[in-house]
Amino acid sequence: MQPKPDWPLYEIFVRARGGLDHKHVGSVHAADASMAMEHARDVYTRRQEGVSVWVVRSTDIVASDPDEADALFEPARDKIYRHPTFYDIPKEVETL
Amino acid sequence: MYTQGLNELAARPLAAGQENPELLRRFEARIDAEEKIEPKDWMPEAYRQTLIRQISQHAHSEIVGMLPEGNWITRAPSLLRKSILIAKVQDEGGHGAYLYSAAETLGISRAELVDQLLSGAAKYSSIFNYPTLTWADVGAIGWLVDGAAIMNQIPLCRCSYGPYSRAMIRVCKEESFHQRQGYDLMLKLARGSAAQRAIAQDALNRWWWPSLMMFGPPDTASPHTALSVRWKIKRFTNDELRQKFVDFTVPQARFLGLEIPDPALRWDAERGQHVHGEIDWSEFQDVVRGNGPCNQDRLQARRDAHESGRWVREAALAHAAKHARAAAA
Repeated sequence: MQPKPDWPLYEIFVRARGGLDHKHVGSVHAADASMAMEHARDVYTRRQEGVSVWVVRSTDIVASDPDEADALFEPARDKIYRHPTFYDIPKEVETL
Repeated sequence: MYTQGLNELAARPLAAGQENPELLRRFEARIDAEEKIEPKDWMPEAYRQTLIRQISQHAHSEIVGMLPEGNWITRAPSLLRKSILIAKVQDEGGHGAYLYSAAETLGISRAELVDQLLSGAAKYSSIFNYPTLTWADVGAIGWLVDGAAIMNQIPLCRCSYGPYSRAMIRVCKEESFHQRQGYDLMLKLARGSAAQRAIAQDALNRWWWPSLMMFGPPDTASPHTALSVRWKIKRFTNDELRQKFVDFTVPQARFLGLEIPDPALRWDAERGQHVHGEIDWSEFQDVVRGNGPCNQDRLQARRDAHESGRWVREAALAHAAKHARAAAA
C-alpha cells in the first residue's frame, strides 16, 4: 500500500539580519502557509539565525534546467569586455 | 549524527558499468574537481540510492535518538538541566527535519521515508537501542555518542552532494553544544559525591563500547567504502574515524577521573596513537538485526506517535482546504 501523501512542501528563505538578502535554507512540510511559517521558525531559527522568513510553495518555484546551463550561461564567458579589469588604464590616470 | 548507512550501498544499484559512460565520465570529473552535485544534476543511480539510504538512515537516527534522552526530561535534576535537555532533544528533531529535506531532493517522499522507518525496512543507528538507566546516561550520550557523531559528521560537511553537505554544516554547528553540555554534566557528577561518581563511571562502562561501534564495522569488513570514498560521499574510513575518536576521548576521561572500560587500552608511543582492545562485533550485529535491549520499544514509540498524530495531520489538511476554498470564493 502506498503511504498517504505528505503535507505540501514549502521552501524556506531566511534573512539573517537587516541589510542582507533572504537566503534559501531548506524546506518543511506544512498544511498551509501559516503552518509552514511556524515550522520554519522552529526548524531554521532556533538560535537567532534570522530576522525575517519567506515561505514559498516548492511547486511555485520555476528553476533553470541543468541541461540548458550552457545555453543560458556560457554566452557570457567570452564577453570579457564587460569587466572593468579588461581595460588597461595608464598608471598616470588616477581615480578611475 | 549516526551514519552507519555509510557502510552500505543500495541493495541492487545499477553497476557503474551500466550507466551512460559519457555522463558517468562527466559526473566523475566534477567530483574529482571538488564540485558539488545538486538535485537536478545527472547522477549515477548507485550514487542516488546510496545517498537516499545514508541520509534517511541518518534522519531516522536523529528522530529515534530523541527517545533515550527524552526519557529523562521529566526527571532532570534542575530547571536549567531540564531546559538544556529540552533544547538538545528539540535540536535532534530539527536535525531529522534538515536531513529528511535533503533526502527528499533525491526523489523520495517524506511519507515513503517515514513508512520505511516504521515498517522496519530502514535502519537507524544501533546506539539508540540501548536504554538510559540513570541521569548520568544523559551526560554520557552527549559526551560520547554526540562526540562520535561529530567525528563522523565533520567530514560529511564536505560531502559531494550539495543538500547533504549544507544540512551537515547546520547540524555540526549545533552538535558542539550537545557534546559540551554532556561533558559538563559528566564533570559535575565526577566532582560530586561518591554516588554521583559511581553513576558517571557506570554510564561510561555501558556507553563506551557501543560508541566505538557507531563508526561501523572494521575497514576489512566494509567492502563498499571504496566507491563511497571515490564519489566523495565518505571521506575517511570507519577505522580512521574510530581511532581519532579514541585518541580524543581517552584524555577527556582521564580529566574526569573515570576509567575507560578496556583493560587492553594502551598508548603506542611509536604510532602516536592509542591502541584499544577487541570490539565485540557479534553484539553489534545482534543489535543491528533487531535484538538490542530496546529495538522493539523504540520502533513501537515511533509507530504510536505516528498513529496518534494521524488525526492531527488529517485535520490540518482539511482545515487548510476549507480556508483555501473560502479564499477562492
